Amino acid sequence: MAERLRTIARSPGTWVGAGLILLVLGTLAVVAAYAGGLSALGPWDWAALRFTIWQAALSATLSAVLAVPVARALARRRFAGRGLLITLLGAPFILPVIVAIMGLVAVFGRNGLVNDTLALLGVDRVSIFGWQGVILAHVFFNLPLAVRMILHGWQAIPAERFRLAQSLGFSAADMGRHLERPMLREVLPGAWLAVFLVCLTSFAVALTLGGGPSATTIELAIYQAFRFDFDMGKAATLGLIQVGLCLLALGLSTRVTVPAGFGAGLDRDIALPAPPGWRRGADVLVIALAAAFLLTPLAHVILQGLPNIVGLPDAVWTAAARSVVMALISAALALGIALMLALAVASGQRWVEAAGMLPIVASPLVLGTGLFLMLRGVASAQQMALPVTVAINAVMALPFALRILIPAARALRADYGRLADSLGMDGLARLRLLTLPRLARPLGFAGGLSAALAMGDLGVITLFADSRNPTLPLLLYQLMNSYRLDDAAACAVVLMAISFALFWAFDKGGRLHAQL
Amino acid sequence: MLSFEKPEARLGDFALVADFTLPAGARLAVIGPSGSGKSTLLGMVAGFVPLRSGRITWQGQDLAGVAPGARPVSILFQDQNLFPHLSVAQNVGLGLRADLRLSQDQNAAVAEALSQVGLRDMATRRPAQLSGGQQSRVALARVALRAQPILLLDEAFAALGPALKAEMLALLGRIADRNGATVLMVTHDPDDARLFAPETVVVMDGVAHPPEPTGPLLDHPPEGLRAYLG
Repeated sequence: MAERLRTIARSPGTWVGAGLILLVLGTLAVVAAYAGGLSALGPWDWAALRFTIWQAALSATLSAVLAVPVARALARRRFAGRGLLITLLGAPFILPVIVAIMGLVAVFGRNGLVNDTLALLGVDRVSIFGWQGVILAHVFFNLPLAVRMILHGWQAIPAERFRLAQSLGFSAADMGRHLERPMLREVLPGAWLAVFLVCLTSFAVALTLGGGPSATTIELAIYQAFRFDFDMGKAATLGLIQVGLCLLALGLSTRVTVPAGFGAGLDRDIALPAPPGWRRGADVLVIALAAAFLLTPLAHVILQGLPNIVGLPDAVWTAAARSVVMALISAALALGIALMLALAVASGQRWVEAAGMLPIVASPLVLGTGLFLMLRGVASAQQMALPVTVAINAVMALPFALRILIPAARALRADYGRLADSLGMDGLARLRLLTLPRLARPLGFAGGLSAALAMGDLGVITLFADSRNPTLPLLLYQLMNSYRLDDAAACAVVLMAISFALFWAFDKGGRLHAQL
Repeated sequence: MLSFEKPEARLGDFALVADFTLPAGARLAVIGPSGSGKSTLLGMVAGFVPLRSGRITWQGQDLAGVAPGARPVSILFQDQNLFPHLSVAQNVGLGLRADLRLSQDQNAAVAEALSQVGLRDMATRRPAQLSGGQQSRVALARVALRAQPILLLDEAFAALGPALKAEMLALLGRIADRNGATVLMVTHDPDDARLFAPETVVVMDGVAHPPEPTGPLLDHPPEGLRAYLG
């Protein structure tokens, strides 16, 4: 036992894991302590709780249901650009939220394409602001995620099964009953829950498209409690509710397996039976509609923004440089911490994994508020804005980085752990000669995700929004709010390009340095 | 002397105990049905399997608490004895310094070890560019360089054909002779045991039995072993 304790104490991952738990729970405690306890919730807060659950459930249901025909069409049809389309389905994960919102407003807004068409048909224009906009944006972000998960399920059905079905003369309906519906029953709950969790903690979408009594999420309510009312008691209470809600959803997710939505693969070329006739036409229509829904907003932003990039004010480039530096530091922090945690998990300390996943249930805004209160005596809000944002973005990227790194670290240990142990490789020598070269690929992928997420983040920074040093997403938000739409579109193009470039550079770097 | 003083390993409801002493320079085969705990026996010596009770000593010194890399032991596994991302010379050099910061003399020693196994020209290659037999020879070159007094082989040559395997056993014999090493070799091939090991440890029913002369043991195996040998 003593020996076991010694090894645990020696492993840096253990300390980092403990620190993470302290940070997530500690900030919540600090916020509550400052308020002198939790305060009671008013009717507005209950409305926020109801809306949060309701919109997450509706967004998840719509995303999952709409994803089924798209995934089926992609699974059984082969066409030029199919591989590219499937790759693009992974893009919303690293697309800055504010950029997508910009595009959605352009297409679905009062003077957008959709409303113009409706007006031609004599139908009243529909506003994108309000609960319908929140749901629309959530479906935009999560439909691709759900499609990838379900497509994965389709491709996991052994091709032999389909061949057997064909040789038995199954009709399309038989195929559905015996092969496809059982698969969907297995995959759909996980996909639904993954989207539900994402939407539960949604902030930037609610901030930009929601608001008011009918479209405020808990995260947005925390923001308002901090920023407008400076009511810490309410912020802490709402933060606790947020944590409880997420824990509940996570508890549910241990009962169903959540399929992997991102990552490589998905281009395995197995010809599933492709029924002709009206089903063919329906598949074409479904793919075209999905592609249009996902690509039109982005195309709109790019077309409007590209010509205006040259005329962008210097402030945009300054903010861009600032954001890149912040994203790089965030990614480096996230990678370092995630690597230590993953190695600790691989060496058998399971609880560290739970610690690393904790940020999923934490509210970044409560983390930010807590750090603000802790550091209040040491630094001003101005000075704190950027470092706190960097730190919290690193922490929020951890669950994703860990999901990538833990399996790789486990495999590394299973394959070469004993050999390295028997040769006495430890400490820096082991890191340099074994861990880094063998894990370069997943490290690059995880670093790319972390950097892109940090680059596009419009969360904690809004708490300090009066900062004279805005990040690029914050500046974009300010440009949109002051209706400088040409500049905003150009800024969005820059932000999107940098986010994708950061992801690409890390991922490529990892592949180049991978020594297999 | 390598002494097994009733060390007991327990993994779930599997248990293994051993009680015997091996003189320095002994060569033993370890045989027994699959799942009987042959690898566990080696793992206890190498430091991968924690002991519940009892102890293992080398020259009178208890090995408990000594990290695997610090034990007087070299071990070869059935596969993954080489790091695929390091060159042949680096894989061998790890036997001298785990951080590969080798002096000139040490580099010369690596080259010498490689030429002794006939791979002088392969120093800069990656393991994947070598045949299975060549890979085994690289691993043996590292074993020779480390010159540890205890050698453990966990079905190290099981994937090689009969001729290659005999060649490797001969090479292993020369290396063990030079260091006066004690060798424990897990194998499921009775011919390996006859060829290499004067004595054999039978692992069966949770017990590693004291060594017996290999020839008579295999000619007149006890009942449980007979079923396994077929």
